[in-house]
Amino acid sequence: MSLGSIELGKHPAAVLRPLQFRSVVIDLPLLVILLAISAYGFIVLYSALEENSALLLRQGIRLAIAFGAFLVIAQIPPRVLRRWTPWVFCLGMVLLALVEIRGDIGKGAQRWLDLGVVRFQPSEIMKLAVPMMVAWFMHERTLPPRFSQLFVLLAIVFTPALMVARQPDLGTALLIVAAGGITILLAGVSFRLIVAAGVLAVGSAPLLWNYMHDYQRARVMTFLNPETDPLGAGYNIIQSKIALGSGGLFGKGWLNGTQAHLEFLPERSTDFVFAVMGEEFGLLGLLLLLGLYLALIGRGLFIALQAQETYTRLLAGALSLTFFFYVFVNAGMVSGLLPIVGVPLPFISAGGTSMVTLMAGFGMLVAIQGNKKLLAP
Amino acid sequence: MSRRRRRAQVSLQRWRSAVLLISFAVAAAALEARLVYLQVVDQAFLVEQGDDRHLRTVQISAHRGSIVDRNGEPLAVSAPVDTIWANPQELRGAIDRIGQLAGVLELEEDWVLRRVTSNLDKNFVYLRRHLRPDHAARVLQLGLPGVATLREYRRYYPSGEVTGHLLGFTNIDDQGQEGLELAYDYWLRGESGQKRVLRDRLGRIIEDVELIAAAKPGRELRTSIDLRVQYLAYRELKRAIADSSALSGSVVVLDVHTGEVLAMVNQPSYNPNDRSQLDVANYRNRAVTDIFEPGSSFKPFVVAAALETGRYDASSTIDTSPGYLRVGNRVITQDYNDLGRIDLATILARSSNVGVGKLALDLEQRQLFGVLSGLGIGRLTESGFPGESAGVLNDPEYWRPVGQATLAYGYGLSVTALQLARAYATIAADGVQRPVSLVAADAAPPGRQVISATTARAVKNMLETVVSPAGTGLRAAIPNYRVAGKTGTAKKSVVGGYSEDRYFAIFAGLAPVSDPRLVTVVVIDEPRGEDYYGGEVAAPVFSAIVSGAMRLLAVPPDALQTTYVARSGGGR
Repeated sequence: MSLGSIELGKHPAAVLRPLQFRSVVIDLPLLVILLAISAYGFIVLYSALEENSALLLRQGIRLAIAFGAFLVIAQIPPRVLRRWTPWVFCLGMVLLALVEIRGDIGKGAQRWLDLGVVRFQPSEIMKLAVPMMVAWFMHERTLPPRFSQLFVLLAIVFTPALMVARQPDLGTALLIVAAGGITILLAGVSFRLIVAAGVLAVGSAPLLWNYMHDYQRARVMTFLNPETDPLGAGYNIIQSKIALGSGGLFGKGWLNGTQAHLEFLPERSTDFVFAVMGEEFGLLGLLLLLGLYLALIGRGLFIALQAQETYTRLLAGALSLTFFFYVFVNAGMVSGLLPIVGVPLPFISAGGTSMVTLMAGFGMLVAIQGNKKLLAP
Repeated sequence: MSRRRRRAQVSLQRWRSAVLLISFAVAAAALEARLVYLQVVDQAFLVEQGDDRHLRTVQISAHRGSIVDRNGEPLAVSAPVDTIWANPQELRGAIDRIGQLAGVLELEEDWVLRRVTSNLDKNFVYLRRHLRPDHAARVLQLGLPGVATLREYRRYYPSGEVTGHLLGFTNIDDQGQEGLELAYDYWLRGESGQKRVLRDRLGRIIEDVELIAAAKPGRELRTSIDLRVQYLAYRELKRAIADSSALSGSVVVLDVHTGEVLAMVNQPSYNPNDRSQLDVANYRNRAVTDIFEPGSSFKPFVVAAALETGRYDASSTIDTSPGYLRVGNRVITQDYNDLGRIDLATILARSSNVGVGKLALDLEQRQLFGVLSGLGIGRLTESGFPGESAGVLNDPEYWRPVGQATLAYGYGLSVTALQLARAYATIAADGVQRPVSLVAADAAPPGRQVISATTARAVKNMLETVVSPAGTGLRAAIPNYRVAGKTGTAKKSVVGGYSEDRYFAIFAGLAPVSDPRLVTVVVIDEPRGEDYYGGEVAAPVFSAIVSGAMRLLAVPPDALQTTYVARSGGGR
């Protein structure tokens, strides 16, 4: 064995091994859980879409695109991500402004931006850009944020949120506030301030009521008492409660949900797919789904704990807990725990935009986890 | 930053994260508790609520039994039809498509719109009933919410107006309203069943879940009617009514052996399949519901009563001179000619009012009443037909001598065509009265001897002389058969007395005389031609019907020129 041969043998390895390692960054537990949830969602959607394979195929394509986004973003080192953060945020703000000026109108709200090739909702970008921006802002600073810095953070959160709310898309606005708010909370805010904010929120409720659209007020009223208009505003929630309840412990079985298949349940492939699941797979089916979600969140929080810098730590924590918020809002809405807000069930509801955003978020988690050793001193 | 402060800060950080996590855990727990509440605690209620939305109990209409003639030929059958109904509360959501719906239903849009909007508090209104199933299917194809079909049955009467009066009809809900449809409704009616079905939000039935009670179809009613004889009788009566410009008429054909009604027709008739043409005046089965004074066709019964006393026999004679009958100091009737002293057969053959009047006055009132009543005069028949009239025969208590005499030639009492036929059938059956039946009898029902066989045979033989060149009923004769019968020409009673120019023309008779099989009564109300006598207007109808019926029923002739050959070939 000569020195040269050693060098020859070592040289490619020394160069190639890190490259090979870095060529595909992936977190196996996260991937497995995501695939499991997606597969489960497909099974449910097959039933919710009335066994329409064409629609299911379209959903499959969306899922593939979302997984593509997941894998691509997973390859971006967090350092790069952090550097890009202000630009992503600014791009989002510009696009939101564009929607305001010349967006397409769908279902009575101005949310869509037609870029010629694709139509998408810029508000989706903000679901990621806001927590990124908060984390970016706090990265160079000491935690917890000082009182004066809080104002900057609140501006980062509320400026885009209010713009989205004006579209009007209260659901997404709420999710943006939640994502930003959770990041700020993770960054650290004194308990007194949280209480004060809560009081302020409750106090401003009547004021908010004045600025709400009629349909939004109707939703709140319906939430408080769905039975007042069982065939109108209260129809959705009553039907979804019935669908859930009639599923019982074990459910009626796949494709056997009467409320969904006889068209009593509205929006059964999108916002109310949780009810289809409950009817056909029962409490056990729902608990399985919630279990998968919790595993996903748990893995996300684990990644956050292991993250070594403020930006990655805050971002990972915020993304995980925001995901929980998504699930909670949708499931809470379908089960009558919360008022109806148009939030899809992550990875299950038919529809592409929010799925791509979510997958991109998990891609960031993978990137954070996959790159931490390299970043370690 | 001091170590102490940093440590405090770290613990604060941890504490804050813990609070955040705990609050999320609480949220997760709340969600799960909510699910448990809905899916376990409240499950029964919500299942019920769900079932309320998609499970419906619907009626299954039962098939009404058919009515057939004695040979199984259909007289009334039920065909499936679809009724379109709507739930106004659900249809309200598609109010802008009412025009489309009305178009397919072939109804006025305004009417449909008003029907829906003025019934918003209900959840069932009929839109259009009894559509052909393919038409109803086109309505359903519109896919309007709250519009559905209901299977029903509609009655069809293949023989239309020929059997119209007899069968009656059903209403739109398939319930018997008239005639046999009403009389035997309990027998024909099915029992509607119930089933539980799965329906979707638009009210469309997706599948049957469970049969709660099967629909029990109604039973078939086999009537005594022989459709061939019925057609024949109808055709002949219709022709006679047209020829004589009469108001109305009836024919009843009875089977002497069993008491079954083989045919019962009336004019004018109606077609029960076309309800729009229904004229209430034509509903009546006149043969059963309408009464008339039988006139001379009643005389045989008085003769029978006289024979029953034992004081008279076939050879007894009555002096009818001077050709009129005086009671007290009033002439109450007269014959066309002074017939002198004539026997009972001649009284009937020449239809002498004086002769039969004298005979009646010689009889004891109770005895006469007993015989008449025994023959069924003034008593309902056993037909069970709705609206049947019992006719009128006053109790002897109210008879005055004049009345007793006029009764003898058929005034001052009234009968239905069916009653008259029953009385003649009793004479034809040697005095045995069998219940009249509109339902096929498997065997001859037991009869009741109401007059002696000797009397009945004697009257029957006397009646044969009526249908002879010496009698008034020659035109009732049938080639190759011996026929017995009696004509009747009754003045119609009008306000203040009897009309001089309006009559009932009647013929009642039986054939063949040697072994009577059929009794047929023909009543024609107000023939307005030159001829109005029973022997001229009604007897030919009798002849045409009975000669045809004899052939149809293969009744052996009893007056063939070649009698000997016929008997040897018969072998019975």
